[in-house]
Amino acid sequence: MDKRFFFEKYGLSERDLEKYLGAALSAGGDYADLYFEYLTSTALSVDESMVKSASQGISAGCGVRVVTGERTGYAYTDDLAPEEILHAARTAALIASGPAKTPIVSLKDKAHPSLYPVTNAASDAELSKKVELVFRADKAARAYDSRIKEVRASYADELRRILVIGSDGTFAEDVQPLSRMSVFVIARDGEVSAKGSSGGGGRNKFEIFLTEKTPEHFAKEAARQAILQLTAVPCPAGEMEVVLGPGWPGVLLHEAIGHGLEADFNRKKTSAFSGLLGKRIASDKCTVVDNGTLNERRGSINVDDEGNTTNNTMLIEKGILKGYMADKLSSRLMGLPNTGNGRRESYEHIPMPRMTNTYMLSGDDLPEDIIKSVKRGLYAVNFAGGQVDITNGKFVFAASEAYLIEDGKITAPVKDATLIGNGPDVLTRVSMVGNDLQLDEGIGTCGKDGQSVPVGVGIPTLKIDRMTVGGTGSAA
Amino acid sequence: MATMVTSAGVDLRELVSGVIKRAIQLGASAAEAVVSEGSEFSTVVHLGEVETLKESGSRGLGVRVFVGQHTANTSTSDLSDEGVEQLVRGAIELAKITSEDPMAGIPAPELLGQIEGDLGLYYDDVYSLSNAERIEHARRAEKAALAVDSRLTNSEGGTFDASIGRKVLANSHGFVGEYRSSYCSISAVPIASDEAGNMQRDYWYSVARTLAQLDSPEDVGRIAAQRTLRRLGARKLKTQKVPIVFDRQTSGALLDHIFDAANGDAIYRHASFLAGKLGQKTFGSNLTVIDDGTIVGGYGTRPFDGEGVPTRRTTVIENGELKNYLLNTYTAKKLGMATTGNASRGLAGTPGIGNGNFYMLPGDKSQEEIIKDVKQGLLVTEFLGFGVNLVTGDFSRGASGMWIENGELAYPVEEITVAGNLGDMFSNISEIGSDLIWRGSVACPTLRIEGMTIAGE
Repeated sequence: MDKRFFFEKYGLSERDLEKYLGAALSAGGDYADLYFEYLTSTALSVDESMVKSASQGISAGCGVRVVTGERTGYAYTDDLAPEEILHAARTAALIASGPAKTPIVSLKDKAHPSLYPVTNAASDAELSKKVELVFRADKAARAYDSRIKEVRASYADELRRILVIGSDGTFAEDVQPLSRMSVFVIARDGEVSAKGSSGGGGRNKFEIFLTEKTPEHFAKEAARQAILQLTAVPCPAGEMEVVLGPGWPGVLLHEAIGHGLEADFNRKKTSAFSGLLGKRIASDKCTVVDNGTLNERRGSINVDDEGNTTNNTMLIEKGILKGYMADKLSSRLMGLPNTGNGRRESYEHIPMPRMTNTYMLSGDDLPEDIIKSVKRGLYAVNFAGGQVDITNGKFVFAASEAYLIEDGKITAPVKDATLIGNGPDVLTRVSMVGNDLQLDEGIGTCGKDGQSVPVGVGIPTLKIDRMTVGGTGSAA
Repeated sequence: MATMVTSAGVDLRELVSGVIKRAIQLGASAAEAVVSEGSEFSTVVHLGEVETLKESGSRGLGVRVFVGQHTANTSTSDLSDEGVEQLVRGAIELAKITSEDPMAGIPAPELLGQIEGDLGLYYDDVYSLSNAERIEHARRAEKAALAVDSRLTNSEGGTFDASIGRKVLANSHGFVGEYRSSYCSISAVPIASDEAGNMQRDYWYSVARTLAQLDSPEDVGRIAAQRTLRRLGARKLKTQKVPIVFDRQTSGALLDHIFDAANGDAIYRHASFLAGKLGQKTFGSNLTVIDDGTIVGGYGTRPFDGEGVPTRRTTVIENGELKNYLLNTYTAKKLGMATTGNASRGLAGTPGIGNGNFYMLPGDKSQEEIIKDVKQGLLVTEFLGFGVNLVTGDFSRGASGMWIENGELAYPVEEITVAGNLGDMFSNISEIGSDLIWRGSVACPTLRIEGMTIAGE
């Protein structure tokens, strides 16, 4: 692991860091930090069986934050020359108005976990091998069925190096690899068209795309979905029983309760979950965690973007709300444990509480028993994404693969259905929880206040007794 | 106060021209480079106190090279000589692994150019205020919102933002163009609570290219408060089919889907329900949709597109007939057509397709008159979620708004979805409002649409 990357590349010294943090606290303030980032990225895709283009990028910069009470001043520079960083520090300092403070600067690196490879990460692989992946995906998707007419397969990786120095003695360096493949296909049969998509990855070595998460795996999955959708019937509209398949449908947790349990909304009392700690917000079958410490997962990080190690944080235990996801600011102001959820998109952004990998633990029910228990309902196994209104708790998510359940049997596939519900009560209606927890394949990106960060989700098969399903078909 | 953060000692026009020259020296047969720089300021005031204050400048450089019919692109935030050399070498190297694509290339020389004259895109007054004055704008917007009613008890804040930017584009056919742009905005996001403690939030904003055209913070706050208060006590609806009225915020979102469907990228891949429909009467006769990148002061206006082709006015739908797709050089070649000057380009990646000022021609009724004619129906004021399938046109999104009873707004509704097919929806528009107002680069008047399904209890 190339430690001291920023020190070597930009000639940083302990004295420089003291000077920058000193400038940041020159007008007082409770806390200041410097966030150095150096990001390299590669992306390529196959389209009409050609690699039409490929991209590479380098982005580097430093963000300076000054916190005083509940106020945050922030400035950044993409020029890492000392005078530019000093200028950013003095700009961020404008938030405070008091006597200068002296930062405690430490260059002692605490022991951090090592959840992912830092050598032989996907980004280190030869370009020709990455090209081969997308060609293989293209070939496999087209071979799946002659009705597959359009295939786009892409591969992207990045290597993010960060260095966080805080005026409280925080010192953390991390190298965070991330890669993913995705496949999008369109099937046509006469006049009928349908799409399918699939993808995955994580903070893994390149080899994972040659062993577990192969291009053929993603290509077949995308093609299967598109062919299936060719015969899909309109989705019924109205309230019904809903069964969610394991894995990616965990995006329900992310939208319905995850955002509402981020500490910033609760500090400002703008979340539908404000003030509910210790109260029942889910059926006793539901236990939900946010876990940033899983090996090689897309949502995992050794340290968050404030230099804290991540945790396996209990959010809901047997239906009772146990904790919020906190960053430095909210843990200090609310007296909560810092759970290591302070994340940011890049050096241009102020960190805030964000999810890592959010999932529900397995229950005791067999998935087949869950399906059998439904007289008439919807079985949703794939989702395109969702959104939530934190304040009133209303959330939606769009199913890209779903089936009718009739008399305990899975029957016809339905066209794009939207599920809508209310965060604080949807989990109280969970009546069965499968024993088959799965995490998603590593494709999720979460947006909040204009900042995107990679996340993971997961659930076992779940039965929700009543949920509104939006479609154009006749009422259920 | 702060002026444009200009790269110390770097002339941006010289920089991009140098990049092109270097790419050709290193073996590129054609090249295109773009550099952008900008400054941004933003502040959030929460319950009267400054919550965040952010101010910064940034720069970036991107290059696209062609080696024969192979192409690749690279981008960097490092504008030093070494950074630029690495950028160009990286792009040439990367082009070697891409396929030969007969359609690849920059626009032909005769297509290049730009609209002359002042397009009203840049006013330096957006950056003229002191920090104290900027904070005051945000504070006033929030204060005005919270003052409207005692049920407005909390807030996600009032904001003031300002940004200025400059973009320079050049290519190996000798094109060099540049423009500056400016924005400022104010918003307020109040939160209201009812007796039971149920909360609702809504927002309002004003955006302009000059401070002189920005609405007052008080107006922004007051409208935000009204929009929030009317959501208190929201109910669900029974599943049913009734006429639906979409206000300008939500009709604009619907029209945005039409832009996505008319996007040449989706068309040549057959990934749009509008593929193959050119020249056909696809929608109702009352529907005319235009994309115009040349409107003075418009949010979608620029003198040239992301490839150096002049922007223009393109009729997309005329009296229900699909007249034109929106294209860049590549998609135009794929479809055997001419570019419409709609290339969009960031620093990284290949050019995509972006709208100019994209709008529906207004009708002659006010929103009030349209609502008055509805015996039982729904006014949709907000969408939640992204349930749109452009391949099929199937549409199903979460919604909230107001129930209409005998031509009057009766009560707020939420936790419902509205669903239909975009092709049918835009064929079943029974009323188009007169209220076309530009608040972004896509604008649509109030619409009344028949035959959609509301899913609720």
